[in-house]
Amino acid sequence: MTAPAWLKTTGFYLLVGIIVLQALFPFYYAILTSLEDGQALFEVNYLPAVFDLSNYRSMLSDGVFGKQILNSVFVATVTVIISLFLAITASFALARIRFRGRGLLLLTILSVSMFPQIAVLSGLFELVRAFGLFNSLWSLVFSYMIFTLPFTVWVLTTFMRALPVEIEEAAIMDGASSFTIIRRIFVPLLWPAMVTTGLLAFIQAWNEFLFALTFLSTDSQRTVPVAIALISGRSEFEVPWGNIMAASVIVTLPLVVLVLIFQRRIVSGLTAGAVKG
Amino acid sequence: MASVELNNVCKSFGSVEVLRDVNLSLEGGEFIVFVGPSGCGKSTLLRLIAGLEDISAGELVIDGERMNDVLPARRGISMVFQSYALYPHMTVFENMAFGLEQAKLSPDEIKARIAQAAEMLQISDYMERKPRQLSGGQRQRVAIGRAITRQPRVFLFDEPLSNLDAALRVDTRLEIAALHKRLADTTMIYVTHDQVEAMTLADRIVVLNAGNVEQVGTPLDLYSKPASQFVAGFIGSPRMNFIGGEIAASQGAATFGIRPEHIDLSRKKGQWKGTVRLTEALGSDTFAHVDTETAGMVNVRLAGAERIGEGETVFLTPQPDAIHLFDDAGRPVRKARAA
Ligand SMILES: Nc1ncnc2c1ncn2[C@@H]1O[C@H](COP(=O)(O)OP(=O)(O)OP(=O)(O)O)[C@@H](O)[C@H]1O
Ligand SMILES: [Mg+2]
Repeated sequence: MTAPAWLKTTGFYLLVGIIVLQALFPFYYAILTSLEDGQALFEVNYLPAVFDLSNYRSMLSDGVFGKQILNSVFVATVTVIISLFLAITASFALARIRFRGRGLLLLTILSVSMFPQIAVLSGLFELVRAFGLFNSLWSLVFSYMIFTLPFTVWVLTTFMRALPVEIEEAAIMDGASSFTIIRRIFVPLLWPAMVTTGLLAFIQAWNEFLFALTFLSTDSQRTVPVAIALISGRSEFEVPWGNIMAASVIVTLPLVVLVLIFQRRIVSGLTAGAVKG
Repeated sequence: MASVELNNVCKSFGSVEVLRDVNLSLEGGEFIVFVGPSGCGKSTLLRLIAGLEDISAGELVIDGERMNDVLPARRGISMVFQSYALYPHMTVFENMAFGLEQAKLSPDEIKARIAQAAEMLQISDYMERKPRQLSGGQRQRVAIGRAITRQPRVFLFDEPLSNLDAALRVDTRLEIAALHKRLADTTMIYVTHDQVEAMTLADRIVVLNAGNVEQVGTPLDLYSKPASQFVAGFIGSPRMNFIGGEIAASQGAATFGIRPEHIDLSRKKGQWKGTVRLTEALGSDTFAHVDTETAGMVNVRLAGAERIGEGETVFLTPQPDAIHLFDDAGRPVRKARAA
């Protein structure tokens, strides 16, 4: 017995609807809340009732918040650039050069990312202090590599292995040095994979909370996730939900813009390597 | 004119010995073809010469200069890969220019060399295309063009035609032959599985078997005077008939070899009597597989239009001066007496 076609279709879209709802509702509600002020905040409503930009205005006119966004941009960007540079050179070695303990090394790299952040926190704190990086943005760049490097190295190694060895050998015959091969052959061919992993690394670095909370102590050095969490109201008992939501929306926008810019690259990144040149 | 010499060259991957004491001496401008069964080490030998693999023991000398530790790009060698190995993200022009840029040639010189090679190979029309926008044959030409522009002393080809369809193979084979004529000073080393490519292109053929050089010689030398049973079986198509037992023993050998084209077939009388089991008509020739009473299955070539029915009884006579005899180690035996 088969269900009638309309039932199948309805069931399908119902399921899609539920998935979309659970994925998007929190964002929708955040945006909704960020546009309300005063008493309106505490009335539960699911459709836009008022359109009030005062939360945004108050966040953006707060000088420190602008500085904090720049901090986040700096930390995330530098983390991504350094990670990608290290990852592409490391993955060249891991994918192409035969050496003893290569498999073990790959597994070790992956296992580094398995530790919960809290487990390495105190050790890292000592290191950060020893290097004199406490309350410096570089402490974050340094510590974020712990989770960005393992997966960028791992993913790029996989992609690099999928590239035909003969292309590289042709380049060797053409007289290219290892560094030239990486720069002129691998980087252009792995560009989609690099954009995808770079973007994921950026998002991770952008949203990281625990390290940022621990290694930075002054307001003007903070990155946005911590800054938002520490937004306080006029009194101890007031949680300024409107401001918090407005700030959250503001800091999500750069990510959305980045994803939109690189959208086509991401899709091709996921299928690159499947097609040989 | 670049001579290439290999002295006692060995190659092992870990504990596996892939090439054993290879000694070869190639003259400048020669066209040398490596043939041999799959896995015998042809590609490995080529890659040793190119410098893509290290030589485990022995010596590689090009133009009197020891090359073992010279970087691949400094050996004056170009290589055409089986999969073409074009850079997928570069245009045809950039593909050809890449090596020249690495060699720090001036842009004008680069343009001039590429234009010349492109014209020679008739690829001038696609200089701005990416490899994926080219057909297999066009890609192959670009790969050859890229190799030419570097003006190498030695040209290496690893089965360059194996990815092309039959018709294109023939055309490209002729073009490679023409290329060799035009670049008469360049030594060419060519790896192939294909008998016809080997026989038609080569000045000399090197037959490899399980990491050993079995024989080096001109195509006709290998055909008429094989130095071993292996070479006799490998060169020539369809392969030589090998007959053991009484017939070989009566000649003082372990194996009696005769090519299908060197057997006379008669319906009335001859040395071996047999029944035709199967015929293969190729148009120009017909091959008959004859089940003989004394010599087992024997493959015979019949000229052109001659027809023969399956099941017919026939008599076969090997041509006496085309008989090859081998001992039980596969080495040739001098003919004791006429057959
Ligand atoms: N990198 C390697 N590591 C270990 N063994 C290898 C390696 N490369 C080749 N071999 C072995 O060396 C032998 C010769 O390989 P090679 O590629 O030279 O054969 P070939 O004659 O070119 O065969 P084909 O005609 O199939 O291309 C094979 O047995 C192969 O398994
Ligand atoms: Mg091979």
